[in-house]
Amino acid sequence: MFLDYYNLSPLLMQIHAFLCSVMPEWLALTLEGLVVGVFILVMYAVLAIILIYMERKVCAAFQCRIGPNRVGGKGGLLQVPADVLKILTKEIISLKHSDHFLYALAPFLVILASILTFSCLPWNKGGEILHMNIGIFFVLAASSIGVLGILLAGWSSNSKYTLIGAVRSGAMIISYELSIGLSVLTMVVMSGAMDIQTIVEGQANGWNIFKGHIPAIMAFIIYLIAGNAEANRGPFDLAEAEQELTAGYHTEYSGMHFGFFYLAEYLNLFITAGIATTLFLGGWMPLHIAGLDGLNMVMDYIPGFVWFIGKTFFIVFLLMWIRWTFPRLRIDQVLTLEWKYLMPLSLVVLLLMTVCKVFGLTF
Amino acid sequence: MNGFKEYLKGYVGGVKSLLVGMRTSMKVFCQKKITEQYPENRHTTLHIPERHRAMLVMPVDEEGNHHCIACGLCQMSCPNGTIRLTTEMRETEDGKKKKFLVKYEYNLGSCMFCMQCVNACPHNAIQFTNDFENAVFQKEKLVMTLNKK
Repeated sequence: MFLDYYNLSPLLMQIHAFLCSVMPEWLALTLEGLVVGVFILVMYAVLAIILIYMERKVCAAFQCRIGPNRVGGKGGLLQVPADVLKILTKEIISLKHSDHFLYALAPFLVILASILTFSCLPWNKGGEILHMNIGIFFVLAASSIGVLGILLAGWSSNSKYTLIGAVRSGAMIISYELSIGLSVLTMVVMSGAMDIQTIVEGQANGWNIFKGHIPAIMAFIIYLIAGNAEANRGPFDLAEAEQELTAGYHTEYSGMHFGFFYLAEYLNLFITAGIATTLFLGGWMPLHIAGLDGLNMVMDYIPGFVWFIGKTFFIVFLLMWIRWTFPRLRIDQVLTLEWKYLMPLSLVVLLLMTVCKVFGLTF
Repeated sequence: MNGFKEYLKGYVGGVKSLLVGMRTSMKVFCQKKITEQYPENRHTTLHIPERHRAMLVMPVDEEGNHHCIACGLCQMSCPNGTIRLTTEMRETEDGKKKKFLVKYEYNLGSCMFCMQCVNACPHNAIQFTNDFENAVFQKEKLVMTLNKK
């Protein structure tokens, strides 16, 4: 097959076989697990830094500004690393009248949900980290742990701002979970699989958004809107609505505990975009245009992870475009948008996709 | 049924207005950025609008003659007492008595750039320039004499 140049699994198998030959298998598996875990965490931190820098630059450009440009030469490249170092040195303040255990637990729940979903992303052929036959279902389930962390943070801080922020966030995320679920279900109907790698491999002869034409494009748009809400980002950032709630559910957090919330927010953005890439834009599949064999050959030589990260950042840009264009909605408007507009539409799209699939109208 | 039609109309209208918003912000995204990186671009791309009022000057021609007739209208129109004229009566060659300007003192420190002096001047003898780097360490340096002779 043409995609086998960059298949990682033979290499990984060789490494595993080599390790097994010099040590017992349980030790080899433990070591591999540790290496992969460190790899995930490093990727997580590096991507967060890149995303925060990108957010600041893109936001600035949408407001006709330049953005960070002093720290670290002309582009302000060291601005975000400097901020990260600063936040690492800050004190974690413990509140007097708060629920100490839940207060300390909440940021870890949020980051746990984020890392679990992060490790389901299909980085490359053979490069999956968590692989199971109900992959996309697992992503939906794991991403919902995050809202528990947000609710706990709001409740345990013992402050009205955090509580209102958390309740808003809970109401919103639980509502938008429906639209996300339905649009994901639409794509599951189309590709006939829940396994992330199978979904990606099914797009070898064309990305889902082209193969599924009208219903796929509509599901894509629904997914982007609901995914933005799921990641608690504007126009749905009413959980932290600065003007009313100081900083919403993480008002009382400081230091690295706050940093975890911040990190998780940006990585959730990346994960939302990554899942969208997987479902609609073919994951690590290169772009092929039927008939242009020369172009297709060149595209095949670009490794899969470059395709995946490139497409994901493209969707991240789309989400930032939405965020910095629209004003924040009120809570009643958010719920109206979901229950009266988005949810009915996603049901219609699901029906349309099923009909298309049954009558063989998808390609 | 009518309600459903209204619903669909609202749906389409909403989507349209959202798209207009996104087009507008994309236009701004592609625009040239307006940020001034001040100390670095002082000699290169700094843009101060022509009509920005930063300093009162009295333009002179090549021989150093100005248009001021020492009428005192600017001094009277100034709400802050920023302008102080010193004048004297001189006899011209044809025997007429005429007021002449001796000293035109302007205090940049108390000027509020309302431009009433420039508007009051009947001969356009004074004007504002956009030369804005006027910070000094002594208050006395802000009091300037605008006429050279």
